[in-house]
Amino acid sequence: MEPPDGGVTRRTFNSVAAAAAAGWILTACGPKRLYDVPTDRLKQAIADLERRYAEQFGTKVTVSGAQPLPNVEFAYALDISRCIGCRRCVYGCVDENNQSRDPQVQWIRVLQMEKGKGVDFSESNAYYDPELVPEEGHFYVPVQCQQCRNAPCTKVCPTGATWTERDGIVVIDYDWCIGCRYCMAACPYGARHFNWSEPTIPAGELNTSTHYLGNRPRPKGVVEKCTFCIQRTRAGRYPACVEVCPVGARKFGNLLDPDSEIRYIIEHKRVLVLKEELNTMPKFFYFYGT
Amino acid sequence: MKALIWTATGLMVAVGLAVAARQAPPSADAGRAAAQSSAAPPPQEQVEVPPPPFTEGIFPCSSCHADMPVDRTRRELGMHTEIELKHDEEHRWCLDCHNADDRDYLHLASGELVPFEESYRLCGQCHGEKYRDWRAGVHGRRTGEWNGHKKYLLCAHCHNPHAPRFAPIKPMPAPVPPETTVPRSRQGDANGAP
Repeated sequence: MEPPDGGVTRRTFNSVAAAAAAGWILTACGPKRLYDVPTDRLKQAIADLERRYAEQFGTKVTVSGAQPLPNVEFAYALDISRCIGCRRCVYGCVDENNQSRDPQVQWIRVLQMEKGKGVDFSESNAYYDPELVPEEGHFYVPVQCQQCRNAPCTKVCPTGATWTERDGIVVIDYDWCIGCRYCMAACPYGARHFNWSEPTIPAGELNTSTHYLGNRPRPKGVVEKCTFCIQRTRAGRYPACVEVCPVGARKFGNLLDPDSEIRYIIEHKRVLVLKEELNTMPKFFYFYGT
Repeated sequence: MKALIWTATGLMVAVGLAVAARQAPPSADAGRAAAQSSAAPPPQEQVEVPPPPFTEGIFPCSSCHADMPVDRTRRELGMHTEIELKHDEEHRWCLDCHNADDRDYLHLASGELVPFEESYRLCGQCHGEKYRDWRAGVHGRRTGEWNGHKKYLLCAHCHNPHAPRFAPIKPMPAPVPPETTVPRSRQGDANGAP
């Protein structure tokens, strides 16, 4: 039936209204990625998480939503000439970042290499287990997320669940990760880890100081990785692995601060990055302190 | 507990210094006065460090050494037998670093006295490159905040000054190889299913 004044028909109006409603439902419902949620919505999400964790673990868990600091770009440097391969960093990281103990998830992997062969992954061994370290004729290269500037992992994510923050930390929103593991295939450093089953953390060992994009307890079926201890570093502290290293081989700081340790290392030491030829441009540097 | 020990050590050092200052013979006084005026480094040189890691009850050294005659010969010591010198021991002996006339101080090659709190200046005489890196926060460990207040550790907090090379240590357990990443609680199921 044609309306006499040539206006909108009932049918057109209903169709447009239905399409608009469907669009609104598709875009506005469900969890939001942290980078595009309004502040009040984020507060709500954090409150919900804290309540859920309190029920799950029977203790108060704080979830921080701290944003990147202005004029900060984080970088890391590791002194290969000093590392003795003691793996204190590995377990310091597990405790700080609530990684699953069983099945075992470890964000840092220490590779033992032979001195004669240089940094060669095909000749490396992560399962060395002697009585004492360092072993004669060997050196050690701990590998964790290299926080690439040109990160391959963030480009392949089909849901936008992983991205680079303004302070240079590559983060994962566990609520958006669908567990497809494309990012794990894309990462040339083996730095991303998948929760194949429900993570287990012994009662009382949970670190209750967490960050939304970092060490908050994860569910089964999501990918996780090193975040430069986002919950600590955005509050001014050093990452846990830096503090726990017994030989002081691990250094951390702000790349944009000319007086930082990182800048001193880059300007004065022999520095290398892993798999430079892939053009991933890591912000995790290795250097020779001697 | 740790804080308590540090506090106690700090108190001991303070009390020890006060006692030493009162009891020392007048001949050493002039030396110490000179030391204290020259030992204070210029402000940009000063760094904040925790108290030196003394063995409990060993400081002030003068509480025993003040009345003892100085014997500079290399010999088997009757005391301090737990110290095994492995630090260029062929060329060095106690009094190359420790000050003979006032044992509560170390001394530089120039003869300038330095308190134990500034022992890094003594180490830096030979290990200049390491000293430079340490000042930049690159050699050794620093605690504090990456964008704020930082504290240094003395060389002696990590290296035993008498045998500075690190002893090998036991590594933490190796990771579980991938084929056994089935939860340990579910390994050995009758059906063998992961």
